[in-house]
Amino acid sequence: MALLEINNLSISFGGLRAVDEFNLSIEQGDLYGLIGPNGAGKTTVFNLLTGVYKPNEGIIRLDGRDITGKKPIEINKAGIARTFQNIRLFKQMSVLDNVKVGLHNIYRCPPAASILRLPAYYETEKKMNERAYELLSVFGLDKEADSTLASNLPYGRQRKLEIARAMATNPRLLLLDEPAAGMNPNETQELMDTIHYIRDSFGMTILLIEHDMKLVSGICEKLTVLNFGRILTQGETKKVLANPEVIKAYLGE
Amino acid sequence: MKKILSQMDQTSRNDFITYGMVIGAFAVISILQALGILSSQIGGLLVPLCVYSIMAVSLNLVVGILGELSIGHAGFMCLGAFASAFFTKCVGDGMPSMLRFVIAILIGGLIAGVFGFLIGIPVFRLNGDYLAIVTLAFGEIIKNVMNSLYVGRDANGFHFSLSSANDMGMDALNGEMLINGPQGITGTPRNSTFLIGILILLLSLFVILNLIHSRQGRAIMSVRDNHIAAESVGINITKYKLMAFTVSAVIAGFAGALYAHNLSSLAATSARFGYNMSIMFLVFVVLGGIGSSRGAIIAAVVLTLIPELLRPIASFRMLLYSIILIVMMIVNWSPASRAFMEKHKLNRFLFKFKKSAGKGGK
Repeated sequence: MALLEINNLSISFGGLRAVDEFNLSIEQGDLYGLIGPNGAGKTTVFNLLTGVYKPNEGIIRLDGRDITGKKPIEINKAGIARTFQNIRLFKQMSVLDNVKVGLHNIYRCPPAASILRLPAYYETEKKMNERAYELLSVFGLDKEADSTLASNLPYGRQRKLEIARAMATNPRLLLLDEPAAGMNPNETQELMDTIHYIRDSFGMTILLIEHDMKLVSGICEKLTVLNFGRILTQGETKKVLANPEVIKAYLGE
Repeated sequence: MKKILSQMDQTSRNDFITYGMVIGAFAVISILQALGILSSQIGGLLVPLCVYSIMAVSLNLVVGILGELSIGHAGFMCLGAFASAFFTKCVGDGMPSMLRFVIAILIGGLIAGVFGFLIGIPVFRLNGDYLAIVTLAFGEIIKNVMNSLYVGRDANGFHFSLSSANDMGMDALNGEMLINGPQGITGTPRNSTFLIGILILLLSLFVILNLIHSRQGRAIMSVRDNHIAAESVGINITKYKLMAFTVSAVIAGFAGALYAHNLSSLAATSARFGYNMSIMFLVFVVLGGIGSSRGAIIAAVVLTLIPELLRPIASFRMLLYSIILIVMMIVNWSPASRAFMEKHKLNRFLFKFKKSAGKGGK
C-alpha cells in the first residue's frame, strides 16, 4: 500500500479552480518531485496536504488513514512535516531551540514540572538536547547552536535548519517547498547530498517542490507536473522531462 | 562567585543575575533602613516599587514572550486587589494575620487568573490585535464595576447591589459594609511589607523565568515568532497563548493583593487602576527591552522613583520626567549607542533585548 494516496483533490478560490482533480500516490521511501510553472498550484497542494486549506473535494490518505480536512496540528501528529517556500523560522530563538520546538510532541513534560524544575524537566531537556544535536549535526549546524539566533544564520543554512526542525517531529512524510530557492550551485549540490542522506539513513519519504531542474533531475525518482491546477503528466523523471507537453508548459510554444 | 557564573550556561547565568539583582537591592535597602539613612518618602515607596516590578514582569510575559499586546493589565491587578481585600475583610480577626494574608494573596491571584483564562478563550481563537482591544475594555469595565459595587453583610448573610447601599436590603444597624461603592474597601489591615513584596517578586520571577526556559516557554515563543510554522510542527497555539496569558494574570493578581494590603482604604480610582496605569506598565516593559524580565524591573523602579524624587521642583517635574524617558529610550535602543556600548564592553549594562540578541554572529 502506498504511504500517501491522494484521490481527486480539488479546491476553488472564488471562481478559480486552483487545484483540480489532483491524484498522487507515493510509496514508502520515494523521493518524489512536484514541478510546474509559477502559479500552477504546487504550494496549494502542500497547503491542502498539511491542513492549511480544506479541500472542496477529494480524499487524502496517509498510510490508509483518512486525513482529509484535518487541522495542521493533527496532520503533523499523523506524520507529515513541511518546510516553507518563504522561510518561516523562529527568528528570535536560538538554532537549538528551533529544533527543540520541533521535538515538542516527542518528549513531554508537564508545566508544573517545568516551573518547579522537577527531575522530569531535566530528563526531558537532556533527551531533547541529545536528539536536537543529533539532527543538527546531520545538517552541519551543531556548532554554537545554543548561542546563535536563527535569524543570524546565512540563507542556505536557514533552509537547512527548517528541514532539521521538520525532521524533529519524526514525520513519515517530509514535504519540502523549494528547498534550493536562493541557493548558489555549491549550496544546491550540498543540499542534494543532504536530502539523499536523509532519505537513505532515516528511511524518509520525501515530496518536494522545486524549480531548479538540476536538483529535480538529480535526485527525484518520480515527478508530477502541474499546470493551471491540473496534472499534465506523471511518472519517472526521465520520461516526464522528455515529454514535449512539459517543455511546452515551461517554455511556451 | 565568578567561577560559579562561568560554569553555568548563558540562560541560567542571566536568570541568576536577575535574582541576584533583586536580592542585592533588598539587602542594600534593608541595611540603609536599619541605619536610618532612608528617608520616609522612599520608605513608603518600597512596597509600591515591588508591586510595579511584579506588574512589569507579569506584563513582560504577555508582551515580550508571547508577543501579544495587553493594555488592560491594571484590570487584573484591580481584581486581585479587591478579591484579596474582600477576603481579608470577611475573615477579619478569625485567623492569624500572616496566614490570612497568604490566603488573600492566593485568592487575588486565583480570581485574576480565572478572569484572564475566561477572556483568553474567545480572544485567542482569533489572530490579530484583538487582545489589545478586549483587555483595554476589560480594564475599564472592571474599574467601573468595582466603583459601583456595594457588598454588605449582616445576620442574614451577604447582600449585593450595583446601584446604592440602600438597595441592598441590609440590616443598617447591625450590618457591616464590606465594599462601599466608590469608597471601596476601607479598613484593610496593612499586612504588606517590603520583605513580602520582594518574596512575591522573586516567586514571580522564578515562575516566569523557569516557564520561559522550558518546553512550554519555547512553544510560547515559537507562537510569537511565527504562528504558522509553530502550527506546522504541532504546537497547539491557543493552548499556549492561554497558558502565558493566564499565568500573567495570576501574577498581576498577586501584585494587586500586595497593593491592596498596603493601603488602609482601597478604591478603584483611575489613578490607581485606570487606563494610564496599564499604559505605564507597558512603558516599563518596552523601556526595559521587550522580552527581558530584568530590564522590566529596572525600568519599573527607575520610572517610579523619578517622579517622586523630582517632587521638590514641582512645576518642572513632568517636563524633566519626559526628557529622562526620551533619553533612556535613545540610550537603550539607538543602534549608535548600542554599538558604542558593545565596543566598550558595556553591553552588560544594557537592558538585554530578548535572549542573547547581542551575541549571535555566523
